[in-house]
Amino acid sequence: MWDYSEKVMDHYRNPRNVGKIDNADAIGEAGSLTCGDSLKIYLKIKDGIVTDAKFQTFGCGSAVASSSILTEMIIGKSVEEVKKITNKDIADQLGGLPPEKMHCSVMGYEALEDALKNFDDLTDLDDLRNEKPAEKIVCTCFNVTENLIWDAIKQNGLRTVEEVTNYTKAGGACGKCKGLIQDIIDTYYKKEESHKEESSLSPAQKILKINKIIESQISPELQKDGGDITLVDIDGNKVLVKLRGKCSGCKNSHLTLKAFVESTLRETVDKNIDVIEVA
Amino acid sequence: MDLIYLDNNATTKVAPEVLEVMLPYFKEEYANPSSIYEFAKNANHTVRDSRGVIKDFLNAANEKEILFTSCGSESANTAIRGVLNMNKNKRHIITTKVEHPCVLNLYQTLEKEGYKVDYIGVNSNGELDLAQLEESINYDTALVSIMYANNETGVIYPIEKISEIIKSKNKETKFFVDAVQAAGKIPIDVQALGVDLLGISGHKFHAPKGIGVLYLNSKTLITPLIIGGHQERGKRAGTENVPYIAGIAKAAELAADGMKYELTEVKRLRDKLEAGIIKNIFNSRINTSISNRVPNTTNIGFEYIEGELILLHLSDLGICASSGSACTSGSLEPSHVLRAMNVPFTAIHGSIRWSLSRYTKESEIDYVLKVLPGIIDKITALSPYQDELANLKRLRG
Ligand SMILES: Cc1ncc(COP(=O)(O)O)c(C=O)c1O
Ligand code: FES
Repeated sequence: MWDYSEKVMDHYRNPRNVGKIDNADAIGEAGSLTCGDSLKIYLKIKDGIVTDAKFQTFGCGSAVASSSILTEMIIGKSVEEVKKITNKDIADQLGGLPPEKMHCSVMGYEALEDALKNFDDLTDLDDLRNEKPAEKIVCTCFNVTENLIWDAIKQNGLRTVEEVTNYTKAGGACGKCKGLIQDIIDTYYKKEESHKEESSLSPAQKILKINKIIESQISPELQKDGGDITLVDIDGNKVLVKLRGKCSGCKNSHLTLKAFVESTLRETVDKNIDVIEVA
Repeated sequence: MDLIYLDNNATTKVAPEVLEVMLPYFKEEYANPSSIYEFAKNANHTVRDSRGVIKDFLNAANEKEILFTSCGSESANTAIRGVLNMNKNKRHIITTKVEHPCVLNLYQTLEKEGYKVDYIGVNSNGELDLAQLEESINYDTALVSIMYANNETGVIYPIEKISEIIKSKNKETKFFVDAVQAAGKIPIDVQALGVDLLGISGHKFHAPKGIGVLYLNSKTLITPLIIGGHQERGKRAGTENVPYIAGIAKAAELAADGMKYELTEVKRLRDKLEAGIIKNIFNSRINTSISNRVPNTTNIGFEYIEGELILLHLSDLGICASSGSACTSGSLEPSHVLRAMNVPFTAIHGSIRWSLSRYTKESEIDYVLKVLPGIIDKITALSPYQDELANLKRLRG
């Protein structure tokens, strides 16, 4: 038996907004009968606001709960806000889903994305005439596209083929697409890596920048509370600092460091920086 | 809320009579049956007598043909590995596509070890393709392994006929039968069936989990899976599990005494449940042939809806059943058994297995029949396939 949250149980027991909207402004679909779960979502959109949403789901408890909560999440929101919703938001709203069931939240995201795409296509008549490029199917057993896998990796920080299977089902039947999935994961993280490198500073630049931030931003703040900070060393992303004055004896010095120095340096210089206090 | 337990193919409750015969071996009679003092005599005789009871239960020729194991899976592993080890020069195995995972996964492992395994298919009624079986047997076939009754559908396979086919094609080929789902539900007569090895498991017929039996006839040699002491004539090491051995023997006695009840009353209740569902729920279908099943099992598909959701709603009312749907098991594909039978994809994800026992009451079946249509209606209303459902309703009335 699954360990479903109270919220999931509430939503499959009493699903909200079930049914169909006649004259819907956008309809989105995901999944299929053969694959064992499918979802249809209907939206009413007026002046850029989702005024009503309904769903029909063929699927397990968590699939119904994901669809049901999704309709609650989007009613009353602007289309722009709704576009930002990810599968993770759906799962979070439900108080989490078992790992093997994350694909249910992805199906909700997929149907919503499909609906919004159809809405855009309708409002933009030029687009309607342009043939959409065919999406590349990676997993033929479950009809999962490269784009969906890419989105799931991005939104949830997935790193293994098994995780991708939990989130998208791809790879869960014959398994012959597992190599392709691994390739997508590798490509994704290589790309992220190179992004990082592009934006990253040379080691010398980094030291200068860290020093400058400490002098100009962090130190003045700490001095206000009667303390101060000295930069001892920089080793890659490790920043060794010494605390001086009042705040070194204070019980919260570690918290001050973590919460303030680290977050400031992470925001301004590099998100991988670790601050270490030395005596 | 009273529990209504209709998942007896998964496991059964321990019969009170069984528990009672077991208790003394935990408390007073804890001796090791191999010890030589007087205190061990009772434990020793209990193991001996229990072996006799199981011998009769399976109609084996001799007590020596009965080995106690820890479960159905161990019986199967011992039989399969044991036979193959004794016939190292033969590299071919035949089994079916619908075996229990404890056997199927072992065959997949053996394939990796270099064995050639043929998997016999079934038709949409769940019946084996005997012609394919006959064709597959050759000089190199070490083992044929076929279950007696299927755990998901209850379909009984014609073991006696299969024995004849095997012996007519290759006299050296050994025949192992996984009878875990037959024991306690239909009579088993290993001599009439003509099998070489046969496994059963206590927890499927009201003994506890953790005790099984392997029958092997005197012409069949095996190597042990568990090597150690000389227990079970060197075929299975480990100090005898005296309380559980006493328990499975008692359960076998009760099952033999209750066989007529099983074949008439349990069957009547199963048939009532089945007929009531088919009559009152338009999008339901029986997934197997009606004849030739163990009396306690039915597998029913509900079209255009998904099984896990049915089970969750049943569970809210205290009703336990199980499903071959992907979602319940955590695997992403529906049951290999229903797929092998080509159950239509409209129904395969919504298939529910109901399995009764001699403890099932008529009032429980009536209650299920009363509440199920409402549950199915509620779930059907969620389905995106309303047009298809309307068509089906028109067709079936
Ligand atoms: C047909 C069949 N074989 C083997 C087993 C495994 O038995 P055990 O749980 O005792 O290992 C089962 C149990 O589900 C079964 O149904
Ligand atoms: S192609 Fe992906 S599991 Fe078969």
